[in-house]
Amino acid sequence: MSELNAQTIRIQGHGGEEIEAYLARPLGSGSRGGVVVIHHMPGYDRGTKEIARRFAELGYDAICPNLYWREAPGAAPDDAAATARAQGGVPDERLIGDVSGAASHLRSLDSSNGKVGVIGYCSGGRQSVLAACNLDLDAAVDCYGAFVTGTVPDGFPLRVTNLVDQLPNLRCPLLGLFGNEDKFPTPEQVDELEAILKDNGKEYEFHRYDDAGHAFFSVDRPAYNVAAATDGWARITEFYLGA
Amino acid sequence: MCTYTTVQDRVEGSAKGPEGRWLRLSTATVYFDHPVHAMAEHTLNIDLADPAGGPAARVGIELTPASARRLVAAIEAALASVPAELSA
Repeated sequence: MSELNAQTIRIQGHGGEEIEAYLARPLGSGSRGGVVVIHHMPGYDRGTKEIARRFAELGYDAICPNLYWREAPGAAPDDAAATARAQGGVPDERLIGDVSGAASHLRSLDSSNGKVGVIGYCSGGRQSVLAACNLDLDAAVDCYGAFVTGTVPDGFPLRVTNLVDQLPNLRCPLLGLFGNEDKFPTPEQVDELEAILKDNGKEYEFHRYDDAGHAFFSVDRPAYNVAAATDGWARITEFYLGA
Repeated sequence: MCTYTTVQDRVEGSAKGPEGRWLRLSTATVYFDHPVHAMAEHTLNIDLADPAGGPAARVGIELTPASARRLVAAIEAALASVPAELSA
């Protein structure tokens, strides 16, 4: 399946507010799952939209909400990311509402089989776990999200905390993809996450890549790692097929 | 690296921004994180901005750590080279 349609739409986000989103869908009818793509901290950019189109090519209806729409409607992704950062980042409650709105939109499509997964990269990795602890989703993927565990240093103006107290509420299987050279999260923080999931009887699958650091899926950055990204995409594909 | 590390302060001055327009600056946001354009995994990033002018009213700078330290040293050296009453 390779023919698809991709477009910018508006959806209802947190608090019923309208936000922008990028929707990519396979052409043709059929019953299929959906994927909410949570963009990385640098924003709702070309690389993230490419990821959404890849999910459509894989046979899913994929949607990426613009998490910075409220701070910077219509702005270039880098300017929007800078503005959102300067204003303290995306509040967790708002993120949950926006992902909920995106998932509802996917489930409202005539092609939906009712199942919706979530995936996030970088800060979106943490947000993917956050969403899966608070919403009825069918599968979640965390790509190198920092501060799922670990301690946030004092004095950060960004509104971020770890998710340790929320992990017992995880509602769906979690796939985690991490680089062993990453410092945010460190391999030790990934160990801590794994231990918490195990202690709570959660279903999870982790893959960790040697010689890969943070952001190894980012095709337009020096962090891109062919081996890790290629295997990672294969794991994601397999994971969603089983969800 | 998605460090979330962010330091912000107020600044007063101007910078030349998008399309050659000058901006009256009021904030400097400094962070060590992903660059958008620099060919490095992590950079010291500075957004010099006039938030009242909207998201595009900023000058974004992405420097390797060594370059950022050289810039700090150059700024300190320039400030130290003039009489204190001028640079207070």
